[in-house]
Amino acid sequence: MIMDYETLKLVWWILVGVLLVGFMITDGFDMGACVLLPFLGKTDTERRIIINTVGPHWDGNQVWFITAGGALFAAWPAVYAVAFSSFYFAMMLVLFALFFRPVGFDYRSKIADPRWRSTWDWGLFISGSVPALVFGVAFGNLLLGVDFYLDDFLRPNYTGSFFGLFHPFALLCGVVSLSMLTAHGAIWLQMRADQPIADRAGRAGIIALIIMLAAFAGAGLMLLQGMPGLHIDMMPAKDAMPNPLSKQVSIVDGAWLSNYATYSWMIAAPVAGFVMGLLTLLLVKARRSGLAFACNSLTMTAIISTAAFSLFPFVLPSMTSPNSSLTLWDAASSHLTLNVMFIAAMIFVPIILLYTLWTYRVMWGRVTSKQIEGNPLSY
Amino acid sequence: MITEEVVDLSRLQFAITALYHFIFVPLTLGLAFLLVIMESVYVMTRKQVYKDMTQFWGKLFGINFALGVTTGLTMEFQFGTNWAYYSHYVGDVFGAPLAIEGLMAFFLESTFIGLFFFGWDRLSPRRHLMVTFLMALGSNLSALWILIANGWMQNPVGAEFSYETMRMEMTSFADLVFNPVAQVKFVHTVAAGYVTGSMFVLSISAYYLLKKRDLPFARRSFAIASAFGLASILSVIVLGDESGYELGDVQRTKLAAVEAEWDTHPAPASFTLFGIPNQETMTTDYAVKIPYALGLIATRSLDGQVTGIKDLIIAHEIRIRNGMIAYDLLTKLRAGQTDEVTIAAFEAVKKDLGYGLLLKRYTENVIDATEEQIKLAAQDTIPNVTPLFWSFRIMVASGFTMLLIFALAFYFNATRKLESKPRFLKAIVWALPLPWIAAETGWVVAEYGRQPWSIGEILPTHLSTSTLEASNLYISIGALVSFYTLLLVIEMYLMFKFARLGPSALHTGRYHFEEKSTDNKSHQVPSEGGAV
Repeated sequence: MIMDYETLKLVWWILVGVLLVGFMITDGFDMGACVLLPFLGKTDTERRIIINTVGPHWDGNQVWFITAGGALFAAWPAVYAVAFSSFYFAMMLVLFALFFRPVGFDYRSKIADPRWRSTWDWGLFISGSVPALVFGVAFGNLLLGVDFYLDDFLRPNYTGSFFGLFHPFALLCGVVSLSMLTAHGAIWLQMRADQPIADRAGRAGIIALIIMLAAFAGAGLMLLQGMPGLHIDMMPAKDAMPNPLSKQVSIVDGAWLSNYATYSWMIAAPVAGFVMGLLTLLLVKARRSGLAFACNSLTMTAIISTAAFSLFPFVLPSMTSPNSSLTLWDAASSHLTLNVMFIAAMIFVPIILLYTLWTYRVMWGRVTSKQIEGNPLSY
Repeated sequence: MITEEVVDLSRLQFAITALYHFIFVPLTLGLAFLLVIMESVYVMTRKQVYKDMTQFWGKLFGINFALGVTTGLTMEFQFGTNWAYYSHYVGDVFGAPLAIEGLMAFFLESTFIGLFFFGWDRLSPRRHLMVTFLMALGSNLSALWILIANGWMQNPVGAEFSYETMRMEMTSFADLVFNPVAQVKFVHTVAAGYVTGSMFVLSISAYYLLKKRDLPFARRSFAIASAFGLASILSVIVLGDESGYELGDVQRTKLAAVEAEWDTHPAPASFTLFGIPNQETMTTDYAVKIPYALGLIATRSLDGQVTGIKDLIIAHEIRIRNGMIAYDLLTKLRAGQTDEVTIAAFEAVKKDLGYGLLLKRYTENVIDATEEQIKLAAQDTIPNVTPLFWSFRIMVASGFTMLLIFALAFYFNATRKLESKPRFLKAIVWALPLPWIAAETGWVVAEYGRQPWSIGEILPTHLSTSTLEASNLYISIGALVSFYTLLLVIEMYLMFKFARLGPSALHTGRYHFEEKSTDNKSHQVPSEGGAV
């Protein structure tokens, strides 16, 4: 074993975060580009330019999402089980939206008929906007608490409803994630698409960033109003065999803010969210899209970290059965599995980053109409 | 609420989505390597026709791949959405190969498929070949990890149940990876994929040869497909899945069901070629038998015995009774009675806990199960014989028919008699569905034959589902089936369109539908999207 169990549990909390951030940075921009596709592309050629900026990369990007799901399954099986089955229809909604991606990208260009193409354009719009919105709503529901309980044999039972997920706070979180990914897609297009799309994308990016900052502030204000959170009264040692039912948890108003008092450095995350967000906005305005892209990646990291820090050490709270709530200490896999997965991640993540960067380098440059028309294999 | 209806619907949804997914996967596995072969020849000879072949078959590969990715997403979601208790109970072991599949294989495949399509003008031929190779390697490694996960469901090695965490926990990653059942399945499945890819190229090339179109292109494609296909089909048959059938109790039971082997016969057992199995009376009517064959195939020996269904049921009943004791002890342990005596007693019988859980279908309180319920649970340990018996035979028949086709195709191609045999070419075109029939029936044998277990001898399928309402499942199944069918229709339409069009789809100006018009801009191509 490389590390003791307690450390490894904490490391996996960070690693799940890293995969989520990896997903937001990579898949985020192609989802954002899909959200903007029907609005920024006025003609078929313009739309094809937008699609072809992400054409070589969307599939690899999507694997961040798939791997994050796989890592959740392997490192936090209980979280994977409870989250996916409790959010049954929300997950189905995301799944069906994602169906439009591979076929939308690949099949759209195969037939010239305008109705065919416009259908896939809206399909791609759904594939970008619905998951982006639902992810935020899901995060909002983590802070609100998911209505589930575990029975004696740790079988998860969901007592909430699909429509119950659309609480105003959750919707606000949905707006944060949707506008965040849309902004990311806009910056990508400002950087990679030919004119006039790049300029339109810049303007769209500024609007999206303003909405994102406002919604993030709004969600923060709702938390500051003393939204109920969870407090651990008693729990087994952090390196104990994971058993969620062996702890005592109570509901306390404003508990989601208590970490910022205990670990004051955590305040850096929400502050960075605002500062980097504003900086991104200025950079987009100045058309420094490369820097803006990097800056926005940090903004997203800060915003996701804010949610994670607020919940810590919880990862899936239940307000209806607080003791059933899952924390990073009691929802984790065994020491051996975490260790094996850690080694696998240490070997493969750097390799993945290397070849991914190489493919971006090969395809770098603005996508122009001339390029697309000269290449029979482009989308 | 988990009712029988919820369990049945969850199984139905899983079967439908897996069978849909498995329409696309074998073709991806096989075509990827055919693309590597074609492009390698291009890099070595620099003959344009091989580049055209890589690009054209690559185009069809892309159409197929899109739906492979689409339907694959569902598989990953589904373990969590519909099999939540399964995910909790075995995620510690089963999740690891899935996550590693993402890290090691799927990233590789998906990142390089982008460059495969978009990188032709930006990469040197050698580099592009490397990209194609890495994409093919990724898809095959992907199959490896998925089958390690699946092999563990069939033969769960390298893991132990822990009463504290109420789940299976990994004890040896090496045992999980080197699970012999997984190894056998991997070889069998990828080779079947190569057969599928070869049959695909062979049939469509035969169509061009029949139409006397783009002959140099078609001949070369045909030659590569016939050679690669012959080697692959031989591997599938020789390294058949049944060589793993003596590993673990689930596989043994599956073998007995597949062969409708009711009684244990003295070795070597005979093989029932045809017959009508009857599970009620435990006999096979009108059986046509080949002496010694089953013993030889299944045990690879003359003295290995194939255990019959009746004896398996007797053995399983004993384990169910043991499992009741294990369940009783587990309840005590969960209630906090964790003294050394109880722990030791539980450790001694916990290998039969899964058998005890089979009774959950009949009674909430396993400890009080009646004699009748125990008998019913013992019967449940045998999967339905008839569908397995026939699926297996359809698979094997398809396999041997393909062996004949590939052997003849290879021979006629080598002796240059191919184009004077239009009836044979026509037969090849019509043989196109065979690898899919074999693959889908093969899935049924492997997974339906695993019942009543989701994890062999560990976790019964009926306990594995999420706590859902039946209405949830009716909605999701309805939506999935309609959406998938719509996508499949679109996919088939595009496949037929481009397969009929042939290499003219590349707009190089060198092929059949383009030669007639010297003016490149007025496309004489039937219904082809001009802007592609």
